[in-house]
Amino acid sequence: MAHGSKLMALNSQRMSILLPTGQPRIESMRMINITKRFPGVLANDKVNFDVKAGEIHALLGENGAGKSTLMRQLGGLYRPDGGEIHLDGKPVQFKSPADSIQRGIGMIHQHFMLVPTLTVAENVALGLPSSRGLQLDLDKVSQKIEKLAQRYGLKIHPDAYVWQLSVGEQQRVEIMKALYRGAALLALDEPTAVLTPQEVDDLFKVLRGMAADGHALIFISHKLHEIIDISHRVTVMRDSKVVATHPTAGSTKTQLAREMVGREVILQYDKTPYKPGAAMLRIEDLVVMGDRGQKAVHDVSLIVREGEIFGIAGVSGNGQRELAEALTGLRPVQTGRVVVAGQELTHAKPAQRIAAGQSAIPEERMREGVVKEFSVSENLILQDHGHEPYSRNIFLNFDAIAKESKRLIDEFRVKTPSAETPIKNLSGGNIQKVIMAREINRKPRVLICAQPTRGVDIGASEYIHQRLLEQRSAGTATLLISEDLDELLALSDRIAVMFDGKIMSIIDRDKATVERLGLLMAGVKA
Amino acid sequence: MSELFSLTVLTGIAYSGIRLATPYLFAALGEMFAQRSGVVNLGVEGIMLMGAFTAFAMATWTGNLWFALFCAAFIGLLMGLAMSFISVNMQAEQGISGIGMHLFGLGLSSLLFTKFLGSTKAITGFQPIKIPLLGDIPVIGEIFFNHNILVYLAFLLVPIAVWVLNKTTLGLKIRAVGVKPEAADSLGVSVSKIRYLCVSFGGVMAGIAGASLTLALINLFQENMTSGIGFIAVALVYFGGWTPVGVTLGALLFSLVNALQLWIQVLDKDKVIPSDFALMMPYVLTIAVLAFGKRTNQPAALTKPFDRGSH
Repeated sequence: MAHGSKLMALNSQRMSILLPTGQPRIESMRMINITKRFPGVLANDKVNFDVKAGEIHALLGENGAGKSTLMRQLGGLYRPDGGEIHLDGKPVQFKSPADSIQRGIGMIHQHFMLVPTLTVAENVALGLPSSRGLQLDLDKVSQKIEKLAQRYGLKIHPDAYVWQLSVGEQQRVEIMKALYRGAALLALDEPTAVLTPQEVDDLFKVLRGMAADGHALIFISHKLHEIIDISHRVTVMRDSKVVATHPTAGSTKTQLAREMVGREVILQYDKTPYKPGAAMLRIEDLVVMGDRGQKAVHDVSLIVREGEIFGIAGVSGNGQRELAEALTGLRPVQTGRVVVAGQELTHAKPAQRIAAGQSAIPEERMREGVVKEFSVSENLILQDHGHEPYSRNIFLNFDAIAKESKRLIDEFRVKTPSAETPIKNLSGGNIQKVIMAREINRKPRVLICAQPTRGVDIGASEYIHQRLLEQRSAGTATLLISEDLDELLALSDRIAVMFDGKIMSIIDRDKATVERLGLLMAGVKA
Repeated sequence: MSELFSLTVLTGIAYSGIRLATPYLFAALGEMFAQRSGVVNLGVEGIMLMGAFTAFAMATWTGNLWFALFCAAFIGLLMGLAMSFISVNMQAEQGISGIGMHLFGLGLSSLLFTKFLGSTKAITGFQPIKIPLLGDIPVIGEIFFNHNILVYLAFLLVPIAVWVLNKTTLGLKIRAVGVKPEAADSLGVSVSKIRYLCVSFGGVMAGIAGASLTLALINLFQENMTSGIGFIAVALVYFGGWTPVGVTLGALLFSLVNALQLWIQVLDKDKVIPSDFALMMPYVLTIAVLAFGKRTNQPAALTKPFDRGSH
């Protein structure tokens, strides 16, 4: 392969040990005093980070701590404003992703960089020169993919279309893309965010194998137990700076959490005893169609009681989104019944549901939760602006709105310059707090809550969790849809697992374990 | 009207249909590449008008048809580059900027025509070339193998487009950029380069499509002479499901309807069918196709500007 031989020539001066892929190893990569600014933000402040061949180095930090920015500079997507990157002791500059790939660096981005309409082989071959000049050589590419797949234990079919693949399979394609390009150093940005626990185990096997072969690996995550499980060393970032680098062995979750957040963090909540009351949300044989006309929710029946948090677990794309949309009136119900507080609301519009005492915290908070351009206070009265105290007849009562906004902002500890600030300028966690404030202020009897802490930092997550538990104590029936098993296990009283639109099983909290939920999420009946 | 179904007339309709497909094919295949890379160029009609005028003026002044064709292609390239700059660098709303490009081409071609030519005589365009042997086959030969060079070139473009799109590294890049530009970018493929290339190629093809009107089909220039062919070409890309073969079938369908309405106007001496109705047929078909056609193959990033920082 022309690309490979060029890379070999580039490295021929160094007496390098070859990887099983035939590429030279990267013995060491150092990022020294890296500084990166964006308008108004210092994203990386004199960051030092390094990784060696055969090592898995974890990069830990909250959303917005600067991890992804750091990696994007390694991947050639951004250029540092200050500092140097050294490969095997020599300074290098990455002007583009192609530069960085050429030097043996592979990036696995958090959002997969795959073209769904192309096959696996086409995705791998994209951007590479062909052995036949202008014409593609997909047959040769497929052969090489199969050879690499066998070597690294990555199960992949080169001729499958990417849209047909599961999330775990798509991730294997991403790793294959990097290996195929001769990556000696692989940086994985939140690779486990979308995987089932079993898929995480498989991934870890592959990563350990790669490290043993002499690859250098960077593992970015905010999941503490995974970092303790997989990494040799860990670097913690907070507020654009590195706050600690040390061997992982001997570190505890509590210690890592403290380093990441900068204060003590509660990893376990005190819950009041479980005292379920009357059935508040009753779903009977619900069928809802998905975007492609398939049955996305398939005969789902469940009951959520007063003072209960009912969790729904599942890998993204198994009908949870459609279920939440049907329950909030955003997606038509095909057959079945939905009863809220004794009122039949199967086909009701959102306004009727709100009137019946149902609140909702939507999954897509920027699209369905708020109006981005509106101010914080306008977003706080979004559904309730039509009646007292916010308005009289057709006129808005600005004094009342300002007073109530101030109270909610204080009570929910929303960090915002003012109530008039456009909400899009707030962080994810603070936007979520505004939505919570609006929805909980209505004193709901039923709360539909989807992915409440996705993309929210630990501090805000903790606060949101406390508020949800408060609602539980106050008697609200909460349906909590989440892909975060830790969150479900910490809050729920009962947990249902959705797979392929169906409920696999409903388990009481004290009988639920990560392993058991993981198998159900993968479609295996326990 | 009964003579409509005689062999001579049917042969005539089929022959005209193939001949009239030329501008649709050039314009729609070029536009297909632009759209596969993620850019809708609604200015095809304006570029065609400029191509038609340029070719006609050059043919009138120099008498060299090939030079005239080259100049039309060059004007198409310039306008394609302008459209690339507007959509790729400036990240403008493509629908609106395309309409601007159309009005620019419409106005400028009329202005230049009035200023430099006014009313002129028809030129002698490209003449039919009968292919040896094949051209002698009864009916078939008459329909397919006795056309001017631009018709052959237009149809030759189809297999080339299929090959480039599906079998080459360039085609793979185009397909990727139109669906998920950030993926292509992360592998070192320049999204801007690919889009510039495709939109500019579309411009060249639109210029040639316009030239095919003045150099082979009508041999005259009139203000707004394209009368919607450029817009239909954009619609044909949707109709053809963004594939070269689909686009070709669509182009043939439209040109056959066009040929049919021309023959109806000629044969229908008693005006049983009002000529306005016949004229309307291609446009009604366009609307029907866009309203009822499915869009399952639409490139996911169509009309969306790419910005590395925004994801």
